[in-house]
Amino acid sequence: MNRRRVSYFEASARVRVHGLVDENSFVELCPAELRKTSPHLASLDAPLAFDDGVVVGRATLAGSAILIAAQEGRFNGGSVGEVHGAKIRGLLELALLTKPVAVLLLVDSGGVRLQEANAGLIAISEIMRAVLKGQSAGIPVFALIGGSCGAFGGMGIVARLCNEIVMSEQGRLGLSGPEVIETVKGVEEFDSRDRALVWRITGGKIRRTLGEATRLVDDLIPAFRDAATRLLARYVELPPVTLDDLQQAQHRLTERTGRFAEVSDGQQIWQQIFSESAGIAGLTVSDFNRLLGDQP
Amino acid sequence: MTAKCWDKLARNRAERLARAQTLVRGRLVAANDIVALFEALIEPGDRVCIEGNNQKQADFLARSLVKTDPAKLRDLHLVQSVLALPEHIDLIERGQVSRIDFSFSGPQAARLARLVEAKKITIGAIHTYLELFGRYFVDLTPRVALIAAHSADREGNLYTGPNTEDTPAIVEATAFKGGIVIAQVNEIVDKLPRVDIPADWVNYVVEAPTPNHIEPLFTRDPAQITEIQVLMGMIAIKGLYAEYGIKRLNHGIGFDTAAIELLLPTYAAELGLKGKICTHWALNPHPTLIPAIEAGFVESVHCFGSEVGMERYTAARPDIFFIGADGSMRSNRAFSQAAGHYACDLFIGSTLQIDLQANSSTATLDRIAGFGGAPNMGADARGRRHASPAWLRAGREGRGEIAMPRGQKLVVQIVETFREHMQPTFVERLDAWELATTASMELPPVMIYGEDLTHIITEEGIANLLLCRSPAEREQAIRGVAGYTPVGMARDTAMVENLRDRGIIRRAEDLGIRKCEATRDLLAARSIKELVLASEGLYDPPGQFRNW
Amino acid sequence: MTRPDNSVIGRLNNMEKFTLSLQSQPQQRHCITLCGVVSSGNLEVLVEKTQHPDSCEFEISTSALGFRDIWQAVLKDFAARHAAGGLKFSINDAGATPAVVSLRLDQAVEICSREVT
Repeated sequence: MNRRRVSYFEASARVRVHGLVDENSFVELCPAELRKTSPHLASLDAPLAFDDGVVVGRATLAGSAILIAAQEGRFNGGSVGEVHGAKIRGLLELALLTKPVAVLLLVDSGGVRLQEANAGLIAISEIMRAVLKGQSAGIPVFALIGGSCGAFGGMGIVARLCNEIVMSEQGRLGLSGPEVIETVKGVEEFDSRDRALVWRITGGKIRRTLGEATRLVDDLIPAFRDAATRLLARYVELPPVTLDDLQQAQHRLTERTGRFAEVSDGQQIWQQIFSESAGIAGLTVSDFNRLLGDQP
Repeated sequence: MTAKCWDKLARNRAERLARAQTLVRGRLVAANDIVALFEALIEPGDRVCIEGNNQKQADFLARSLVKTDPAKLRDLHLVQSVLALPEHIDLIERGQVSRIDFSFSGPQAARLARLVEAKKITIGAIHTYLELFGRYFVDLTPRVALIAAHSADREGNLYTGPNTEDTPAIVEATAFKGGIVIAQVNEIVDKLPRVDIPADWVNYVVEAPTPNHIEPLFTRDPAQITEIQVLMGMIAIKGLYAEYGIKRLNHGIGFDTAAIELLLPTYAAELGLKGKICTHWALNPHPTLIPAIEAGFVESVHCFGSEVGMERYTAARPDIFFIGADGSMRSNRAFSQAAGHYACDLFIGSTLQIDLQANSSTATLDRIAGFGGAPNMGADARGRRHASPAWLRAGREGRGEIAMPRGQKLVVQIVETFREHMQPTFVERLDAWELATTASMELPPVMIYGEDLTHIITEEGIANLLLCRSPAEREQAIRGVAGYTPVGMARDTAMVENLRDRGIIRRAEDLGIRKCEATRDLLAARSIKELVLASEGLYDPPGQFRNW
Repeated sequence: MTRPDNSVIGRLNNMEKFTLSLQSQPQQRHCITLCGVVSSGNLEVLVEKTQHPDSCEFEISTSALGFRDIWQAVLKDFAARHAAGGLKFSINDAGATPAVVSLRLDQAVEICSREVT
């Protein structure tokens, strides 16, 4: 039977990993049968997952050795608990030993798992430190964002530390999630049920427009694979970060803050950049990339 | 001896119109004067229809009626297909309406049940659409009809456009039997795109301050279709549509049938069924039908009403839909219901409860929801006199070898064995019985009678009730697809296996369907966005269904 | 932070746990397989090999309380329907219906009997 094109958004973490890397190349570390489950969820008598909601392992991508982690957004919102976090951190630290060409983080998470808040917060900071350590050792880290939970909270920060962010339109990236903002600041500040607004502010298209995401791809596993493969080719050698790089980045952010100071909706940003906003949200990914001047 | 008077209705209408003379300018009425107009025109005891369709609502007129003086406008008898707006029920609470005859109460079902229990209202009957429209022309003709149109010209001609729905049936009955027709319109224009209702059937037109409300009732987000629904859709296509060669049909509005629509360009096409099934439809313009239309599966669709956001798409596919000279669609509930009843070989829909005689009902104890159109479509058309292969085969299966050849409509319920919160769909006794007692109804509100039902599809397979030769076999056929519900667990295992050997029960594996294949990747669209892409950007979904 | 999903977070003693061993035809081909995701109305099934080729074992942990008889009926039918002897099925369930449980088990056994290691 003809298999239809597999949606990245719809796929589970495991299906994403297997679809992304070279066929039969994935070797899972700390696999499900070891039952490294969350002691915190167990003590609350809440449902467990055998992999605590994250798949980690090694594989090859277009022949190059990589390490890869994929969060399962459907288990507790992809949230980072103690075990979940330790698996990602462990993978990043393994990179220092095995020197893969890159580490891929398939982020699909609302952030720290509330039930294990302190352990989860520590885990996030450990992951952040491990990303930076890997980068300073010359190993690039890519974030791929296209799941139902997006990349929020601590995982939003982790994503922004990465060298590249590949997003689909369905992907979302932010710090506080829309529901959290609405709860704290009221519906006038952010109506989290206005789905179109949520995506115009946090979605892949606006993140690509602002340059936070470095690639926008279709919601297909092969599209993420292609983008990751092409990016990999650019990182034969990761130059060390210099003070000049950081100052330039700081300058760009300051400039952006000034330019979009009064903006409250992604549409206004498109209006400023393209002198047209109405049609942008409806554009296909390839038309949008063409408008932006992006190569596929 | 006085001469007999034969035009009392016309004289009374003339008196009423005369009372309204100071409030109107020709056929036009100002929005501010509408309450006064109602008080001048409507008399106690009048039968009133406040046009409430499945979708389009005469909401401004309903809101205005609630502002009238209850001392003047009282004892009204509402005769309308849908009681969907809170104002419809407010009129009862205000004591202005004492009797109702209707078809469907959807969102107001719970409030209505409380008023019935408090004896604040008498329900004449809960009808099917065709039945109520039929009674408009026999014994429930409206005296005053308050209708909704998209636009009017200055003479009072109306354009009802894609959402024409019930309007022609209501206006025809009212205008030609001495009644009064008042239309609310979104705008008054110099020239209409086309005339759907001629001006001389309409007494007054008012431009409403806000456009009439239209509910997107038929939009099912493909993102919410489950693997189980995909599996049931595969079973329906392979075990039923392909087996009988079903070309002419009507679908319900649930996610189960939306799954079938989205499996046509993928699964059904792979089975080589394009052109062999699902070519002609009586159906609203379901967004989930777009991929099948684009794939060339569909030849014709006649619609009961329209669907929000589908206007440009239907207009751009005039070979498929019924389109006026102006280029926009026209729907007509009465005709489409008749089409669904007489001209379709299959009806398939979902329900909340099925009993062991295969009676099904959507009534629950605290809600009086009514039927809408399902019973007209989901009943054998005993007046049908034209043959088709599917109809003849069902007839042979159901009637056995009898001297006089006669077909039968395929009437199918597609349900999961458990609903949400582990509520079993299969029950020993329908809640409808108890509802009938508490609401003093003469009939338990049964959606589809067991004698009309020919197949039940669940995730456990298909039960072909046509082939059952005794009530005991029928009962076991139902239990045999009722899964792990109490009704299913009480099955006679040997008898169920015997029914399976005879092909009366067919499981997925009996049909050569691999459950591993039942994934959402088989759906032609998995999101509203993919429906928009499939429509080449012509489908314009309402805000609540967008994430862009 | 991610707020807990009410259907998934448990109060204490909110999980029902039990094991079951049922006769089943031996399954020759096998590999370790994980199928499904623990989310509201869904479950994950981990398939592993055992030393007992004529029976299959089930270890269930479910957040839906009071449906043990239905679980037993579902699993009994499953063990009769498939050659699942020599396999252990460990299940983490967050309130899946019997339909979803059956489908997931069918998928798991199909995958693990197809992919031979």
